[in-house]
Amino acid sequence: MDLVELSRWQFALTTIYHFFFVPLTLGLGWFVAILETMYVKNGNPVYKRLTKFWGKLFLINYAMGVVTGIVLEFQFGMNWSAYARFVGDVFGAPLAVEGLLAFFLESTFLGVWIFGWERISRKLHAAVMWLVAIGGNLSAFWILTANGFMQNPVGYVINNGRAEMVDFGALLTNPRAWYMFLHTFTSGLVTASFFILGFSAYHMLKKKEASAFQISFRLAAIIGLFATIGVVGTGHLQGVYLREVQPMAAAASEAHYETQDPADFSVVAIFDSTGKKEVWSLKIPKALSMLYYFKPSGEVEGINDIQAQYEEQYGPGDYVPLVALNYWMFRIMVGIGFLMVAIAAAAWFITAKKYPEKWLKYLKWLVLAMALPYIANTCGWILTETARQPWVVHGLMQTRDAVSPNLTVTSVLISLIGFVVVYAVLMGFDLFLLLKNARKGLAAGDMDSVPLDEIVEAKTTGEKK
Amino acid sequence: MNLNILWFVLIGVLYTGFFFLEGFDFGVGMLQPFVGKKDVERRAVINTIGPHWDGNEVWLITAGGATFAAFPNWYATMFSGFYLGMFLLLIALIFRGVAFEFRSKIGNPKWRNGWDAAIAVSSFLAAFLLGVVFTNLVKGVPIDGNQVYTGTFFTLLNPLSILGGITVAVVFLLHGANFLTLKLTDTLRERAGNFARSIWIAAFLLAGSYFSYLVFSTSAFQEKGLVGLILPVLAVVLLILSRIFMGAKREGYSFATTGMAVVFTVGSLFTALFPNVMMSSTSADFNLNIYNASSSPYTLKVMSIVAAIMVPIVLAYQIWTYRVFRKRVKADEKTLTY
Ligand code: HDD
Ligand code: HEM
Ligand code: HEM
Repeated sequence: MDLVELSRWQFALTTIYHFFFVPLTLGLGWFVAILETMYVKNGNPVYKRLTKFWGKLFLINYAMGVVTGIVLEFQFGMNWSAYARFVGDVFGAPLAVEGLLAFFLESTFLGVWIFGWERISRKLHAAVMWLVAIGGNLSAFWILTANGFMQNPVGYVINNGRAEMVDFGALLTNPRAWYMFLHTFTSGLVTASFFILGFSAYHMLKKKEASAFQISFRLAAIIGLFATIGVVGTGHLQGVYLREVQPMAAAASEAHYETQDPADFSVVAIFDSTGKKEVWSLKIPKALSMLYYFKPSGEVEGINDIQAQYEEQYGPGDYVPLVALNYWMFRIMVGIGFLMVAIAAAAWFITAKKYPEKWLKYLKWLVLAMALPYIANTCGWILTETARQPWVVHGLMQTRDAVSPNLTVTSVLISLIGFVVVYAVLMGFDLFLLLKNARKGLAAGDMDSVPLDEIVEAKTTGEKK
Repeated sequence: MNLNILWFVLIGVLYTGFFFLEGFDFGVGMLQPFVGKKDVERRAVINTIGPHWDGNEVWLITAGGATFAAFPNWYATMFSGFYLGMFLLLIALIFRGVAFEFRSKIGNPKWRNGWDAAIAVSSFLAAFLLGVVFTNLVKGVPIDGNQVYTGTFFTLLNPLSILGGITVAVVFLLHGANFLTLKLTDTLRERAGNFARSIWIAAFLLAGSYFSYLVFSTSAFQEKGLVGLILPVLAVVLLILSRIFMGAKREGYSFATTGMAVVFTVGSLFTALFPNVMMSSTSADFNLNIYNASSSPYTLKVMSIVAAIMVPIVLAYQIWTYRVFRKRVKADEKTLTY
C-alpha cells in the first residue's frame, strides 16, 4: 500500500471510531439534563438516581469521545499537511472556534457536574448539565461547518495557491453544513433514545427497578419517536440538496448511471468486481424524480454524464466514487431509518398503554435494536466521505494530493497499527464497563466509587457491600 | 502591533496557559501512585485535578486549532514533521484520559492499580514529549525551501531536546507536588511537601543546565542577545524563590512561583523564536515565521474578533470552577464523592 492509501485507512478508521462515541454524547447529554431538571422540579430521589445512572454511562462514553477526538485534530497536520496548507486559511477557523466556543464549555462544565453535586445548588447543577449538552452540540456544529466546506466549498477565493477565506458569513450559512448538522443532531437524539430504550427494556424485563426504568423508557420513547421522524426528514432534505451541489455523490448513492427525465429509482443492484459498474438492478419507474422533485417528472443527471462533464471541467481522470459502497451504505442507513421509526412508534405505544403484561416479551427486541443507530451512523459517514472521492475538497483538491510529502510508509504503518491495537483494547474495556454498569442498575450510579480498601475488607470478612 | 504578531502572542499565551495548568496536572498524574499509598488516598490525589484536567487539556486542543487557523503552514510543518513524536503524544493522552474515567468504575485492586500506573506513565511521557517538541522548535530542525521537514524521527531526539524533555517532566513534578500541598490535608499534604522539597534540587539543576545549553547553543537565543536571557534567568530565580517559600511553608507562594517559572520558561522559548515560529537547521532562509506561515489578513481579523469575545468568557468560567473547588481535598471516605 502507498502513503495515500495508508493515510486514508488511518483517517477513516480513527474518524469512524471517534464517531462511534460522538452521537451518544450528543444525544444523551440532553436526556441527563432533562432528567436532572425533572429532579429539581419534583424533588423525587428516583429522578436523581436516574440522572446519576445515565450520567455515569454518559461519562464512560464521553471519555472515549474526548481522547479519540484529539487524534483527529492532530491528524490534519500529521497526515494531511498538504491539505492543511491548502485549506487552513478557511478550514482552521471553525476548528479553532470549536475549541474556544464549544470544547471549553463542554469539558469545563462537565468537570463541575461530576464533582459538584455537593458544592453548588441543585438548580445550578442542573443548569451545568444543560451547558454540557449545549457545548457538545455546538462542537458538532463547528466541526460540521468545517466538513461542510470540504463537501461544498463556499466563502473563499483561490489566492497564493491556496483557498483563502473572504466571507466568514458564507461559511457559517453553508446550507450543506446546516443539513448535516440537523441530520447529525437528530441522529444523536435517536442514538441516545435507542440506547435508553434498550437498557431500560433490559431492566424492565428482569423486573429489576422496573418502575424507575419506566420513567426513562417513557421519555426515550417520546423523544425517540420525534427524533427518528426527524432524522428521516432531515436526511431526505439533505439528499435533495446533495443532488444540487454534489451531483456525483447523489448519483452514486442511487447508482443512477444515465441521465433521465423522469428518473427511475433503483431498489437493489448488483455491481461488477470494480464496484463502479452496475450489472443488474431492480428499478421503480419515475420514483427517483418523485423523491427529488415531489412530482413524477424532473431530470436527474446520471453518473456517466457527470463524469464526462467533470473531465471537461477538471481534465481527464476518474471522478466516479466507489458506487457499490455508496449505494449500499445509503440503503442500509435509509432502511434502518424507517425501521427505527416503526420501532420507536411501537415503544411509544407500549408506554401509552401502560406496559401491558402480554407485550413485555417484545421488549427484548429493543435490546437488540440498540445496535441500529450505530450501524446507520457509521454508514452515513462512510457514505458522506467516500461519495466525495476522489476529492478531499469537492472540486478543489484531490485526496491523493492532500497527503504529507515528508512521511514514509513505515512511519504511517507504525501509527496505523498502533492506533488499531490501542483502539481495539480500549473498545474492549469500554464495552465491558458500559455493560457492567448498565446491568447493575441504579446502584451503578449511586456509588461512583466505593473505596477499594472497603471492598477488599468486605471480601475478606464475607459481608456484602 | 499587526495581527500576525497578535496571533503569535495569543498562541504563545494558549501554550503557556496549557503548560501552566497541565503542568501541575501532569505532575499530579506522575505523583499519584507515590503520594497516595492507599486507594482512598489516590482518589483524593486525583480529585484535586479531577474537575479540571479535561478543561486544562482543551488549552492544548485550542492552541492546536488556533495554530491551524492563524498559521496553517506552521501547523502543517510541525505536525507532519514531528509525526511519530506526535503519535506517541496522542497515545499518552489517550491512556491518560480514559484512565481518569475508567479507574474508579470498578472496585478491583488490579484494575485500579493498572490504570493508576497508566496515569503516571502517560503523564510522564506526555510531559517529556512536549518538552522535546518545543525545544526542537527553538533549536531548529531540517526544513527545506518548501517548508517541508526533511529529517527523521531520530533527528528529534538530540541531547538538547532530550534534556528539555526531562527538564519539563521534572519541573512539572515539582509544580504538581506544590499543587498537592496546596490542595490536600494531613499526611498527604506532608508527603507532597516532602516530595517537593526533595525533588527541588533536581528541578533546579536541570533547569539551570537546560537554559545554559539552550541559550549558548541555539541561534534563536543568540540573535536576541541579552533580551533573550531575561526570561530564562527569571525562571531560574523563581525556582530558587519557590524553594525558599517551601522552607517557610508558604504553600500558596511556592505553587505560584513554580507556576511562574513554567510560564517564563515557555515565554522564553516563544520570545527566542519571535518572529519565527520554527527554525530551520538547513538554512535560516527557510525558517517559518509569522508572515510566511500565516493565514490571510481577513482570516486573522475574523479570528481576532472571535478571540476577543471568547477568551475572556472562557477565562471567567474556568476561574469560577477553580473557586467552586477551592477547598482542600481530604482523604476521607465519607466526604470523597466520586
Ligand atoms: C457531529 C459531531 C462530531 C464530529 C463529526 C466530530 N466530532 Fe469530535 N467531538 C464531538 C463531536 C464531533 C463531541 C460530541 O463534542 C465530542 C465527542 C465526545 C466528547 O467528549 O466531545 C468530541 C470530542 C472531540 C475532541 C476532544 C474535546 C475535549 O477534549 O473535550 C476533539 C479534539 C475533537 N472532537 C475533534 C474532532 C475532529 C478534528 C473531527 C473531524 C474529523 C471531529 N472531532 C469529528
Ligand atoms: C466523525 C465522523 C466522520 C467519519 C466517521 C468520517 C469518515 C471518513 C472516512 C470513512 C473517510 C475515508 C474516505 C476514503 O478514503 O474513501 C474520511 C476521509 C476524510 N474525512 Fe472524514 N469522517 C468524519 C468526519 C469528518 C470531518 C468532520 C472532517 C473535517 C472536519 C473530515 C475530514 C476528512 C478528511 C480530511 C478525509 C481525507 C482522507 C480521505 O479522503 O481518506 N471527516 N472520513
Ligand atoms: C430515510 C432515512 C435517511 C435518509 C434519507 C438519509 C439521508 C442522508 C444523506 C443524503 C446523507 C448525506 C450523504 C452524503 O453526503 O453523501 C446522510 C448522511 C448521514 N446520515 Fe442519514 N439518512 C437517513 C437516515 C439516517 C439514520 C437513521 C441515521 C442514524 C441514526 C443517519 C445518520 C447519518 C449520518 C451520521 C450521516 C453523516 C453526516 C451527514 O452527512 O449528515 N441517517 N444521510
